[in-house]
Amino acid sequence: MAKMHIKLKVNNRDVEILAEPRLLLIHLLREELGITGPHIGCDTSHCGACTVDMNGKSVKSCTVFAVQASGAEITTVEGLAAADGSLHPLQQAFREHHGLQCGFCTPGMITRAYRLLQENPNPSEAEIRHGISGNLCRCTGYQTIVRAIRAAAEHMSSAREAAE
Amino acid sequence: MTTETESAQARTQKLEGLGTRRKRVEDVRFTQGKGNYVDDFKLPGMLFGDFVRSPYGHARIKSINKDAALALPGVKAVLTAEDLRPLKLHWMPTLAGDVQAVLADEKVLFQGQEVAFVVAEDRYVAADAVDLIEVEYEDLPALVDPNQSMAAAAPVLRDDLAGKTSGAHGPRKHHNHIFTWEVGDAAGTARAISDAPVVATERIVYQRVHPCPLETCGCVASMDKINGHLTVWGTFQAPHAVRTVASLISGIPEHKIRIVSPDIGGGFGNKVGVYPGYICSIVASIVLGVPVKWVEDRMENLQATAFARDYHMTGEIAATREGRITALRCHVLADHGAFDACADPTKYPAGFFSICTGSYDIPVAHVRVDGVYTNKAPGGVAYRCSFRVTEASYFIERMIDVLARKLSMDPAEARRCNLIRKEQFPYQSALGWEYDSGDYLTALDKALNTVGYAGLRDEQRRHREAFARGETRKLMGIGVSFFTEIVGAGPIKNCDILGLGMFDSCEIRVHPTGSVIARLGTISQGQGHATTFAQILASELGIPAENITVEEGDTDTAPYGLGTYGSRSTPVAGAATAMAGRKIRAKAQMIAAHLLEVHDDDLEWDVDRFRVKGVPELSKTMTELAFAAYNNVPPGMEPGLEAVSYYDPPNMTYPFGAYVCVVDVDVDSGVTEIRRFYALDDCGTRINPMIIEGQVHGGLTEALAIAMGQEMAYDEIGNLQNASLLDFFLPTAVETPSWETDFTTTPSPHHPIGAKGVGESPNVGGVSAFSNAVNDAFAHLGLTHTQMPHDHWRVWKTAQSLGLTTA
Amino acid sequence: MIPAPFAYHRPQSLPEAIGLLAQHGQDARVVAGGHSLIPMMKLRLAKPEQLVDLQDLSELRGIRSEPGTLVIGAMTTQHELIGSELLAVSCPVIRETSLLIADPQVRYCGTLGGNLANGDPGNDMPAVMLALGAIYRVQGPRGERDIPARDFYRGIYSTALLDGEILTTIRIPIPADRHGWAYEKQKRKVGDYATAAAAVIVTMAAGICSLAAIALTNLADTPLLAQHAGEALVGTAVDEAAIAEAARRAQRITSPSADLRGPVDFRVHVAGVMVRRAIARAKERAG
Repeated sequence: MAKMHIKLKVNNRDVEILAEPRLLLIHLLREELGITGPHIGCDTSHCGACTVDMNGKSVKSCTVFAVQASGAEITTVEGLAAADGSLHPLQQAFREHHGLQCGFCTPGMITRAYRLLQENPNPSEAEIRHGISGNLCRCTGYQTIVRAIRAAAEHMSSAREAAE
Repeated sequence: MTTETESAQARTQKLEGLGTRRKRVEDVRFTQGKGNYVDDFKLPGMLFGDFVRSPYGHARIKSINKDAALALPGVKAVLTAEDLRPLKLHWMPTLAGDVQAVLADEKVLFQGQEVAFVVAEDRYVAADAVDLIEVEYEDLPALVDPNQSMAAAAPVLRDDLAGKTSGAHGPRKHHNHIFTWEVGDAAGTARAISDAPVVATERIVYQRVHPCPLETCGCVASMDKINGHLTVWGTFQAPHAVRTVASLISGIPEHKIRIVSPDIGGGFGNKVGVYPGYICSIVASIVLGVPVKWVEDRMENLQATAFARDYHMTGEIAATREGRITALRCHVLADHGAFDACADPTKYPAGFFSICTGSYDIPVAHVRVDGVYTNKAPGGVAYRCSFRVTEASYFIERMIDVLARKLSMDPAEARRCNLIRKEQFPYQSALGWEYDSGDYLTALDKALNTVGYAGLRDEQRRHREAFARGETRKLMGIGVSFFTEIVGAGPIKNCDILGLGMFDSCEIRVHPTGSVIARLGTISQGQGHATTFAQILASELGIPAENITVEEGDTDTAPYGLGTYGSRSTPVAGAATAMAGRKIRAKAQMIAAHLLEVHDDDLEWDVDRFRVKGVPELSKTMTELAFAAYNNVPPGMEPGLEAVSYYDPPNMTYPFGAYVCVVDVDVDSGVTEIRRFYALDDCGTRINPMIIEGQVHGGLTEALAIAMGQEMAYDEIGNLQNASLLDFFLPTAVETPSWETDFTTTPSPHHPIGAKGVGESPNVGGVSAFSNAVNDAFAHLGLTHTQMPHDHWRVWKTAQSLGLTTA
Repeated sequence: MIPAPFAYHRPQSLPEAIGLLAQHGQDARVVAGGHSLIPMMKLRLAKPEQLVDLQDLSELRGIRSEPGTLVIGAMTTQHELIGSELLAVSCPVIRETSLLIADPQVRYCGTLGGNLANGDPGNDMPAVMLALGAIYRVQGPRGERDIPARDFYRGIYSTALLDGEILTTIRIPIPADRHGWAYEKQKRKVGDYATAAAAVIVTMAAGICSLAAIALTNLADTPLLAQHAGEALVGTAVDEAAIAEAARRAQRITSPSADLRGPVDFRVHVAGVMVRRAIARAKERAG
């Protein structure tokens, strides 16, 4: 099928590309743009390793065609650090609290946690567990991930208070 | 220098050595999405490979038509067994002394088996080409039940073994028989059982499951035709072994093969073996002269890569009326699928299943394992469990509960009176293992006291009365598990993989400015070796861990090792690391003596420096000695500061633990809620408690999945009904409870730093704890044993069979 | 994992979308949230040659009320349903159900219309719409028509939608003030379809049930409105006996398939459990 013109923003940079309509967004990111943070862990949209932040929503990029994302603004884990390179509180907290082991679920997990904390800046443990229920992890048993997200939430809320 | 005045404690802290909760160095790249996994690799001209796979469990291949696929623009090649035959690569040796088809040769033997390999410009074209290949099959009767494998009328599966009355492990008694393996005292056990006042018998099935790491298997193979050099990046838990095997089967000399395991997204045993995808990618790269990438998708991973377990065990446990075990007998029917690709040390076709006397002092025992073929995926592997240790541990932990039921004994008490006593170590088990160390009673007491076991049993009594009165529809269960596992394979005299002794290695180079590169023969898939092995060296060398880089996985640079699985890295490579570190320190000591103009014996080691005994202000730090190694060594000594150790462990190590699980089972819905899970682990010396806790959490979560819902569900004609994550149970953060971890420390006497390894303990101990808890919930109503997984419908069926359910 | 090729269209208006469907006939499928269709396309179980993306059709978005009726655009996502104050106050069963569908990411994309129009017996919203007496407004080449939810479901992936028709809005009679409601779903894990699920809406007056609607998910080829089961509650105090009778009647109309969630008898049993628990919670919530 003829390729289509796609224009979108990824991690704050404008991207223009020609792609087949059937090209999955995850493949656009990983193969065409070399953004290999989001990973592929399954074929049935269950594992969440491919999660990106698209137009303010947590989205499994394996279940979206790149053409559907034309016009969208996408952030991946690579885009979470600040402009000066300092890590996002979630990235710091995941390291601080041992929220990862093999690292494969981590980009999707952190990107999802990022949106979760936008939705709910002060989530309880139960809310965090439900909030990340679209992201599977085989290594950590989730406990340290929950701790890391809680810690990041606290850090971000004190930073907000300090700013006020 | 100001550091002169710092206390030993302050200097020790700076090292971030053994025992510290050092933050992981790996996390810096992973949290920024800068990991380097196989599918992240892109090389110029790289092509993509994809498989045509059999939809049938058992069928003859009548024809394969590649024409339409080859005509598709972008398709470069289509390989079938016919193409590999002249290279003699259509079959490959397995790790268990069998052979496995690389591409189906005249027959397919399991659903998902590789039939043809397409190579194309990208994965989209490859997928289209796969659809265009026409394969004509003649359906054959499928054999799915291992209990029928050796029936007289069972279909013949392995045409290639026709007439072969013996295999790698001895005589074969049937066309679907693989091996019989026996250990122990058959006659003595039979006598003890027939003499025993009490014998409990049970059939215990450990269902087929799959390690399912989040990253699937894959590789990029790149043959440089000009230099005759093959490089393969891949998901390999044992890169050096893969290099040797690749050389043996391809004929390319080993020094011209480079295997690289980059970042690996979880292994859990799934990435130990050699898969057809690797061979086909290598062949395609050699033939086409460009790199070829193959990465399987999740359904392929579940259908065709190595499964785990599928052990059908019949146990008999004999005891006195007071509950003291006098004998144990076990017969196992092991379903290996279509090819025995089990990853075990060569001499152990049933792995270390003979650890099945567990933590208990059992005077006589006998085990017999019969391995059989079925029309299912080949394997199995050690899914986070050392070699068949989860099967063995599950077996004994269920049997002792079964015995406790029979004697109306509390399960914790039944364990207490049989646990091996501290004075008995090193302990010779009836099945031939020498357990290195253990203080089981201390661990049991600590566990039971911490959870308030007596109080829990009281609560359970009250709960049962309330249930009987109709006040509640939930049954409370308490599961105890006291496991001993055997890890750290292993001494060369009895442990080898395809003839390669299971030693491991560490090579260290200290640079003039006091920083270090260490390389190991193991490969982390999430265990944090770059962090923890640096900690071992920090303590041995007195150099801060942050100045120590640990590298693994590149066979061009790393010393030969047998890789990471079976919790062997800490016991074996960790030992090599300590030993190599000590060689460096020994040389540094001689340099220090030379610089301080004293005798070697006049020096003592103090955290990060040698001091002259009695004259503490006369000292040399390791950093100073590193520089000196490059310009001022004693006469006759070589300059430089480097050491390598190849460590042949004298024994395996025996971590142990005491777990308690409390559940509430809703008999109407069959839903089991995990109310509490307490895990006490003893892995000897604890290198990084933060990482140990993480390993325990992760292992317990895998155990939860296995015990409560995971299975590979085949129907009668060999269709795998749950080859996707819709139906293959991986718990989310919602189904996963919080874990309480605790520990005791009983160092291994034979390990240089006393460490035993811990990565797999929670999967070994966890499954039994969950399963014992569910069984315990119904025990007072007469249940002796119900099979895993304890998913909703099976639990409800148990309730129904006990007359507990309403319409 | 890789879909078959197709041509992609992104209409900017409903008439344009309908025109595209008319033009391409059987070759075309609409995509809403995509989280049912795209997974099927990746497995090549669905191979539409023309994909018509509805995401830019603002006519299909929005949650509002007209006198006595809630009007929800078909392209409203589960996430938007969950966040709607209007729905939380006037029809809270919808939010409760949404939270039990899939996972957070899927809910950001998955639409009410997609969940209703697919014809997948595993989808949760159809039973809720049956219980609420919802009306589906659809538009096609021959214009607009209304189809009651109760007449919409014919079989597996088979609905009353004619070729070229698109579900545009869902019209729900606003349930009585202080009505009781519940959606009870048993599943193996978050993200799973129901082993069995029940939607219950009741209205109580002076301790007696004046209205009851019970509907079931994933227990037959279509969602089931358990009319006779609802009748077992009307005129009663919704006591244990009435609840038990309602559950029995509901079980009798089920015909679930055996699958890895369990054999038929188990799923029928759980249907009863879900009905009982949903009724109990609905009763508790009723004013």
